[in-house]
This record gives sequence, C-alpha cells and structure tokens, in this order.
Amino acid sequence: MTEPLLQLNGICKTFGGTRALHNVNLTVLPGEVHALIGENGAGKSTLMKTLSGAYTADAGEIRLDGKPITIGSPANGRRLGVAMIYQELNLAPDLTVEENLTLGMERSRLGFIRSEKSRIAEALTLLEHPDLPLRQTVRTLPIALQQVVEIARALICNARVIIMDEPTSSLTAADTQALFRTIKRLRDNGIAVIYISHFLEEVLEIADTYTVLRDGETVGTGRMADTTIPEIIERMVGRALTDMFPKTDHAIGDVLMRVEGMDDSPIPRDVTFELHRGEILGIAGLVGAGRSEVIRRIFGLERAKKGRLTIAARPTCEMNTLTPGRALRLGIDFLSEDRKEEGLAVNMSIRANTTLSSLRRFAWPRTGLLNLRREYAAVENWIREMNIRCAGPDQPVADLSGGNQQKVAMGRILEQGDDVILLDEPTRGIDVGSKVEIYRLVSRLAAEGKGIVFVSSYLPELLGVCDTLAVMHRGRMSPLRKIGDWTEQDIMTIATSGA
Amino acid sequence: MKQAARILNALGPLLGLAFVFGFFSYYLYYHVEDATGQAGTLRFWDAYTVKTILQQTVIIAIAALGMTVIIISGGIDLSAGSLVALGTVVVAVILKEAGANPDLMADGQVVSSVVWKAAIWGVLACALCGLLSGVMIVGLRLVPFIVTLGMMQIVRGVAKAMADNTTVDTPSNWLAATMDIEPSPHWYSVAPAVWLMLFLLVVMFVVLRYTVFGRYVFAIGSNEATARLCGVAVNFQRVMIYTIGGFFAGVAGVLQYSSLTIGDPTAAVGLELDIIAAVVIGGGSLSGGAGSVTGSIIGALMMATLRNGCTLAGFPDYVRNIVVGGIIILAVAIDQMRHAKAK
Repeated sequence: MTEPLLQLNGICKTFGGTRALHNVNLTVLPGEVHALIGENGAGKSTLMKTLSGAYTADAGEIRLDGKPITIGSPANGRRLGVAMIYQELNLAPDLTVEENLTLGMERSRLGFIRSEKSRIAEALTLLEHPDLPLRQTVRTLPIALQQVVEIARALICNARVIIMDEPTSSLTAADTQALFRTIKRLRDNGIAVIYISHFLEEVLEIADTYTVLRDGETVGTGRMADTTIPEIIERMVGRALTDMFPKTDHAIGDVLMRVEGMDDSPIPRDVTFELHRGEILGIAGLVGAGRSEVIRRIFGLERAKKGRLTIAARPTCEMNTLTPGRALRLGIDFLSEDRKEEGLAVNMSIRANTTLSSLRRFAWPRTGLLNLRREYAAVENWIREMNIRCAGPDQPVADLSGGNQQKVAMGRILEQGDDVILLDEPTRGIDVGSKVEIYRLVSRLAAEGKGIVFVSSYLPELLGVCDTLAVMHRGRMSPLRKIGDWTEQDIMTIATSGA
Repeated sequence: MKQAARILNALGPLLGLAFVFGFFSYYLYYHVEDATGQAGTLRFWDAYTVKTILQQTVIIAIAALGMTVIIISGGIDLSAGSLVALGTVVVAVILKEAGANPDLMADGQVVSSVVWKAAIWGVLACALCGLLSGVMIVGLRLVPFIVTLGMMQIVRGVAKAMADNTTVDTPSNWLAATMDIEPSPHWYSVAPAVWLMLFLLVVMFVVLRYTVFGRYVFAIGSNEATARLCGVAVNFQRVMIYTIGGFFAGVAGVLQYSSLTIGDPTAAVGLELDIIAAVVIGGGSLSGGAGSVTGSIIGALMMATLRNGCTLAGFPDYVRNIVVGGIIILAVAIDQMRHAKAK
C-alpha cells in the first residue's frame, strides 16, 4: 500500500461558541482525486482553510509525507506544496497570463523579472494547454481558461496537493469535461487533488475516494466505486432522502403569461411562449444560451428591444418599457442567480430583505410610517415556515449559510405573493437539504395556482421538478414539450447543436 | 453575546465622547491654572461650557443629519460647505433688501414674517442645489463624488456672485438670537438652535428607522442591484436623498448666518469635511448601508468638545487638528474591528 501523502488527524476548530470542526480525519494518497463532500456549513471550507494555512487548528495534526507540519499561513502552505483554488478565482485580472503565473515568486536578475518560460511551458504542456496566450490579460480570458491559469500556477510552485473548491460551478458542460481531463492528468502525475463539489454526479465521475463531513465531523470515508449517490446523500443529511423531488399535485390551468416575439438579437432571439397557472416551466440550455437573458428581460432588469408581454387579463405591454418595479406591479417576481451581488442585500437583516419589495404594505395607510410589529410577525412566520436557521429576524443575511440565504430570497418572493415567479438557478451552490426544501416550495406554489419559470443548469432537477420544458440554444428557444416527452439525450442534443 | 455586541456598537461613539469630556474635565481641573495662577478652579463640566459646546455643535450636527442619509445610501456630498455659505448669503440678501424698505422694518428690526421668508428661501435654495446634484448623479450617471465636487465650486461661485464678492451686512433681526448661548427667556436653557437640532434629530431618527423611505435608503446603500430588483425606484429615491441633504445644509446655513449675522460667501470653507467626519465618527460607512443620525450628532459633539477643550486648556490649534484626525482614523478602525469580531 502507498504511503499517504497527506494526513489530517483529529482536527478541531471552534469560532467563538460554535464548533466548526470536531475530530476530523482526512487521508489522501498521492495520485488520487479525493472528494470532500458535505452540505453547506458542514465544515468543508473551514477544513480546507485550515489545510491551506488560512486558519490554524485548535487541536489535531497535519502530516505531509508522514512528517507532522505546521502551515501557519497560505504563503507557507504554498511553499510546502499545498495549493488552494477557490471558487472565486484568485487572479489579478489586469495582469497578463504570464505575470499571473509567476505572481509572488518572480525571480529577478539585477532587479529585472526573469522569464520563467521553460517552467511555464512545462506546466501548460502537462495541462494540455500549451497554446495559452501568455501575453493576454487574464480578464479577457473565459472563466474556464482562467481556471487553467490558476491550476498552472499551482503546478509552477510545485504543488503536490491541489484543493479545488466548487471548480465547476461556473463552467459549461464541455468546460467541465475539459477540467476533468486536466484533473486526471494531474492525478497521473502523482499530484493529489482534493475536490469539493455539490454536484454528486461529477464527484462520482471524477473522484477515486471520498470523505463526507456533517456538522463538522467525519461521517464516512471510502472508495467511490463502492458507494452510490443515495448512500452519500444519506450520510450528508443524516437521513434517507426518500424523494429528492417532493411533488404536490397541481393541475395546469388557464394562460397566465404570454411572451411574444421577445428579441434582443443575438440573444435572446425571437422567443415566444405561454405560461399557465399551476405550471412549472423549465428552461434548459448551456451557460450563455440565453436562459437568464430571457427571464431577466421579462422582469425588466434588462430591456428587450422588441417583444410583447401579456399577463392574464391585463392589457398587453411592450417589453421595452418594463422595469422591475413595473413587473412587480404586473404580478411578476424574480429570483436572481447571483444571491450575493443582486438577489440579497447581504449586510441587511433577514427582516429587511424579506419585506423589501412589499414594504409599502407594512406602512400605515397614507403615511410612510412602518408598522414594525406586523413586519416582524410576517418575517417570523416565514422563518418558521421555511425552516430558516438563524438567530432571529434581525440577523444580517451575510451570517447565514448559502441554503438559508436562498430561503430568505424565496421568503421575499412568498411575501410579495406575485402570480408569475421567475427563478434563475434557484438551487445553485446550496446544500442538498435546502435544495429539497426549494423543490417542495416550488411545487406548493404551483399547487396554489402560480406559474413558475425555472431556469437551471442541473438537468436532473429540471426533469424532477418541471411540468413542461424548453431548451435554449444560442438565444433561440425550442418549442415547449411535456416533461415526459423529453429524454436527457434530446435535451443535450438541442442544447449543444440546436436541432 | 450578539445583543451585547449591538449595544456596544451603539454606545461606541458615546463612550468616545464621554472619554473626551472626562479627559478635559480632569485636565482643566488639575493641570490648568486660572488668571490668578491657581489650579483647581477651572471646570469643564460647568453649565456655560456645556452650553457653548452644544451651540458650537449645531451647524455641523444639522448638516450631518442630511449627510448621514446621503452616506447611508452609499453617496457623498462635498458641496455641503458651499451650501452653508450660500445659505448665509441668500438669507442676508433678502434681509438687506428688507432693511432698505421702511415698510418691512419695525423698531429697527426686520419684520418677523420677512425673517421667516429669508430663512425659508435660504433653506429652499440649498435644497434646490441638492436636487440638482441628485438629478445630475442620476441623469448623467456620474459618481456622487464628482458631481458634488463640481457643485462645491459652482455653489461657492453662485454665493459669491449673489453677494457681489463681498460680505452682506444685514439690519438686526431675531435670527441672531437663535444662536444665543444664554437665551431669553431663561427657561430655554440652551440656544434655540440646539432645540431645533434635537427636534430634527428625532425626525430623522424616525424617518430612517420607521419609514419606507428610510428602509429604501439603507437598501440602496447596502446593495443597489437588490433594491432595483425589489422594485425600489432607485433614481427617484437618490434625487430625494440629495434634496434632503441640501435641505439640512440649508438649515445649517441659516444658523451659520445667525451666528455671523452677515452673509459671507467665503464662510464654511472645508466644512463639508467636518460634517463627513462627524458622520464617520458616528459609525457611518462610506461604502454605504451603515450609519445613524444619533451617532453623527455624537460625532459632531465630540469635535466641538475637542475644539472647546483645546481652547480652554490653551493647546495650540494644531493639537486639535492632529487629535481630530487621529479620532477619525481610530473610530473607523475600532468600528471595523468590532465588525470583524462579530463575524
């Protein structure tokens, strides 16, 4: 048996009164891809920050090549051969690829930076990207290539353990496959990769071994080949998930919204569809196909040049006159895919976020004065109903985990109570438990007679949740079909080739 | 824990003020000699000193009420000092004209209704400038820093033009009495302007905490994109916010006139920085989303206390500059540490 490259034994870490990690063990062999799995808040990030040197553990030891080490700082972590690649890439966007690759370790000769061409070439060849344009600024590269730059940088500083935190969350399917090939190359070269992801299918595909964390403790570890996804989910949540996609029976009713000839060529291009009461309408497609663009224009966040919108019995309106305020008054609400930057004001309280769009209803008539007692009552009700884990309505949203933040964003939509609900990637980056609660909620809303447009990059959830589905390709939308008439094959074919 | 942290958060600036006050009380009593060469007779905590400090706080404090709203919304108003000067000039020009018209004078005093008219026009002129700043910020999509930097010069220029590039003398009127440290009738206790400040403080406290508008101000400052997504008419609110800022600068301008009893287009140069400092010391965040009117008033009080204390203690003016500078940096640093700990 090979000697473990990296061992974490009995790691403990507490913040104030909360125990983030308790007796966590993790063993990684050289040349293996080790998946670290757990819900948001299970302690994955804390563990990885401990390993990369951003945090110092309260107890426990870290061994590299069997020798105990203290890491102390991220810089030292890098020197020891542990490199961390965060979800939000850590590059200087205005420097060139080459400058980024050697940032922080420029070797100089007489004060001038010496070129490291040979080492860069070596790293890029290993990653199968020998033609990466070294003189281009990083900002102008697509995300997938920026990620390659990060990985290459880790290689150049002789990393032996590379930690990747949700590396595929902003990648298309094709880029994900390319990344997997890169990871396999790393593995074949004896580098250990610790892979953190919410996408269990991906984990199953790429990882050799896994460790599951729950509430800061190790609850399972083993070989990927010996387990199944339901088994892993059961470990993650501590209970068997009998049904990932709980459904409330709902009947599809009258036409609720009609979008006609929405066009902002090239994306979106001539989109027409109808949404009915009680319908969950899914929109599938690759990143950049125009799914978000369609629903953002329905909500008036961006203006479509052409197109008409009709809501139920109201008069038809031109889409180039829409604003979010007007859309809300028409009875349309929207959940942003970007929780932190757009969907929520994270520095504000749960209360302020929940009532922001419906605030006027909490004011005494004819005054701008708020009835805070009613506001608190309403917010406390949603916290209970949606099972939001928090200290109370006045806690800033920033303190919550991703899943709970998303529930706050959904809480706002429920409080607003509009008939048409547009959801842009509602389950991105949240834990499995919260995902299930979002699915349940969406289904219940449909049962109440609301119409829901559900945009997602995650096919299984679209197939599990939606009643009807359309696929987008380069700005065009396919005809809607009942969900039972689609196969994953069809969807991927249209998404990738348009036919 | 969280509750305690929140209380400490609110009390932070107040503790700072108490410390500054305590320091001067101690220092003046034990270390400064009076005219007869005797220590132990000077009291910082006597009624007159406190009244003086309160009176000296008023102008910055009232302007800071408006600035707080602007800063919470993520903006800034560099034209506040010029607006104060414009306020003095508008008031003085109207009063001067009244002085030339015997119908508007009684017993050597300007008729009360005309004084009211002058004060109201002074405030309105500044509110209008604020409105203009807001419209330009929204309409030209410029950052508030640039627009108000420009307005700082423009307003100063307009004030000078209105005043023919000199000070404007005015006949006597009741406005001057609003800044009397020992007012009559006696039961006023402090200058009437101090009561006005307290009244406006209560109004703005309620506006920010308990109204839809107040919530929108915080929302825009915390995350403008979210506010827009939630249907907040961000542009309209912005214009309102700068108008309110101009309004309060105008009130401060009228009181500046009351204090000077002339219209002075070169008054209050650099005052905007003191106003911003008061807001920041009081917990306002220049990145928006945080700030409180009570904090800002305390910040203004702290600066007036320092000014007064340094004078009484015989410290040279540069000491005060250095100390105020240090306090601004310290206040924000402590604020940041507290926030980091809370996370």
